Amino acid sequence: MKIIVLVKQVPDTYGERRLDDTTRRIQRSGVDLVIDEITERAIEVALTEKDTHDAEVVLMSMGPASAAEMLRKGLALGADSAIHVVDDALVGSDMLRTSAVLAAALQREGFDLIICGNESTDGRGGSMAAMVAEQLGVPHASYLNTVEISTSAVAGERAGEQATRVVRAPLPAVISVTEHNPEPRFASFKGLMRAKKKPIHTVKLSDLDIVEPSSHSAVRSITQRPARAAGRKIVDDGTAANELVEFLTSSHLI
Amino acid sequence: MPQILVLVEHSQGKLTTVTGELLAAAARLGEPSAVLVGRPGIGDSLMAELGALGALHVYVAEADAADTLLVTPAVAALDAAAKAAGAVGGVLITASIAGRETAARLSVRLDAGLINDAVDLESTDGGIVATMQALGGAFTVRAAAKSLPIVTIRPHAITGAAPAAEAQRINVDVDLDAAPAAQITAVHAEATATDRPDLMSASVIVSGGRGLGSRENFALVEQLADVFGAAVGASRAAVDADYCDHNMQVGQTGVTVSPDLYIALGISGAIQHRAGMQSAKTIVVINKDADAPLFEVADFGVVGDLFTVVPQLIEAVRARQQA
Ligand SMILES: Cc1cc2nc3c(=O)[nH]c(=O)nc-3n(C[C@H](O)[C@H](O)[C@H](O)COP(=O)(O)OP(=O)(O)OC[C@H]3O[C@@H](n4cnc5c(N)ncnc54)[C@H](O)[C@@H]3O)c2cc1C
Ligand SMILES: Cc1cc2nc3c(=O)[nH]c(=O)nc-3n(C[C@H](O)[C@H](O)[C@H](O)COP(=O)(O)OP(=O)(O)OC[C@H]3O[C@@H](n4cnc5c(N)ncnc54)[C@H](O)[C@@H]3O)c2cc1C
Repeated sequence: MKIIVLVKQVPDTYGERRLDDTTRRIQRSGVDLVIDEITERAIEVALTEKDTHDAEVVLMSMGPASAAEMLRKGLALGADSAIHVVDDALVGSDMLRTSAVLAAALQREGFDLIICGNESTDGRGGSMAAMVAEQLGVPHASYLNTVEISTSAVAGERAGEQATRVVRAPLPAVISVTEHNPEPRFASFKGLMRAKKKPIHTVKLSDLDIVEPSSHSAVRSITQRPARAAGRKIVDDGTAANELVEFLTSSHLI
Repeated sequence: MPQILVLVEHSQGKLTTVTGELLAAAARLGEPSAVLVGRPGIGDSLMAELGALGALHVYVAEADAADTLLVTPAVAALDAAAKAAGAVGGVLITASIAGRETAARLSVRLDAGLINDAVDLESTDGGIVATMQALGGAFTVRAAAKSLPIVTIRPHAITGAAPAAEAQRINVDVDLDAAPAAQITAVHAEATATDRPDLMSASVIVSGGRGLGSRENFALVEQLADVFGAAVGASRAAVDADYCDHNMQVGQTGVTVSPDLYIALGISGAIQHRAGMQSAKTIVVINKDADAPLFEVADFGVVGDLFTVVPQLIEAVRARQQA
């Protein structure tokens, strides 16, 4: 079984994240760039399958040069190889364009199962698994809290606002996993040493069988919300509850 | 005026409130048209109500498999309705999990730009412009899509209503065997359906964190919430420790909320939690650690033990309400 995990590099959610005033894109300089937390769990789902069955695990990312370092970390966890789609012409791609390029690279590589995160922490589109599946003409089973992989199908519990659902799709398919899946393993020393020798293949737009897609959506303006200032802070001496009620009453909240 | 297609949301044979919101948004942009997909008979049962909510046309796609295939029936119905309608100015879908994925597949099928989680929409000379909140509400972004925009809209963000209309029914055929799809083999409704307001639309939210210490103690959060008629939220630490259900999580990877009042109990205020609640109008924090970062955004902070302060607060609020 060949599993391709789509991994994304994002600004660390522990740092201050910004949109750049001029490019109107997410600011990538001067911030720590990390592997998206949920795509880390997507790698873990693939590696768990590799632990118990015969599976090849390939990582794929579309992103700037800096993404190579993140792919190397994923290789240290145990993935076999990585594909880095990198091209200046891809800067600022919207979701539709990103999905077209990823799908073309996935088609070129061949796959049985594609695993995504359900939602990235920066764009938060929550749409990529379904888009890539539509581009490839395969089913998607997404927002999975649990994943069961067999030789011919993938199944699991799908998250939902009012109900969870048990879903099942024949392979080849695209799935996405939620943060309820297990946390990633740690890289071993041996894993780190081996990762240095594993291949990261670089793919440019011209390598792909694709009519150059253009972005269909564009940001017109961005405004930053003014920072919040702290208000009153009291230490409870037995009267705090009453003072809080006074505050809520004077603010017309009770 | 171009038609604006709205995907009807219904559950157990009834329309959900977001359908009216989507039709209200559509009326600002063009002619509101509803697209209804479901099991045979759904059209007859919901036509009149859709007209009352402002739909001029209702495209009805009925199929036995409508409830058992994941996302693809709605995509096929919207695609067929778009073809039947001719000139379509946009497609509006609720920003739920299924809604985002329907929009995603449709955007590829129609080669149309996708805008997710809009909180407002307007028609301008340059086309439809959507307003979104980015990076946990820290930024407001306005975006437009070339050609036909497909927009998912955050539930309860749109107010107002479309004028009632005499809805015209147009049946559309969908071939659900045509596209490969995942099967839904079982549905498990959340066990904790309560009478409390919905987290995303509540005007008051009481949230609990790891400081509650156990599922039993988490009941204190619910008791305070009930005094205010509030929804109950939680931090990820509380969810991970199984003090409460995961659909209560507020923050970066949970729900984004902007209530009039947000009361946080035993939550430290990690940046990922603040990302989901810092646009609340008024924030109250109760935490025993005076250095907890959530105090930095609190309009009123109490440094104290929540197990002492909250029971007193419940009494004091009740007394005030009765006065
Ligand atoms: C604040 C903000 C708002 C945006 N709004 C829009 C918008 O309204 N419309 C629009 O078209 N674009 C938008 N974008 C651009 C969009 O985020 C990018 O195109 C992005 O590459 C893909 O979307 P996502 O991260 O939201 O995907 P999601 O659907 O949230 O990602 C889910 C999964 O897809 C995979 N994935 C996503 N991107 C990549 C990648 N580059 N390489 C490998 N795997 C990947 C990962 O497995 C990830 O976990 C926005 C970006 C930002 C920063
Ligand atoms: C990518 C990513 C996404 C994330 N997404 C989210 C998200 O969506 N939502 C979210 O909440 N977190 C999220 N997190 C996790 C976040 O970083 C924090 O770990 C989490 O918010 C901590 O929850 P907490 O405040 O309940 O717990 P803690 O940080 O442990 O805080 C508990 C607080 O309770 C106080 N306390 C303890 N006992 C009492 C008492 N008796 N009386 C009063 N106060 C008391 C303590 O002083 C402390 O401040 C995310 C993390 C990552 C990396």
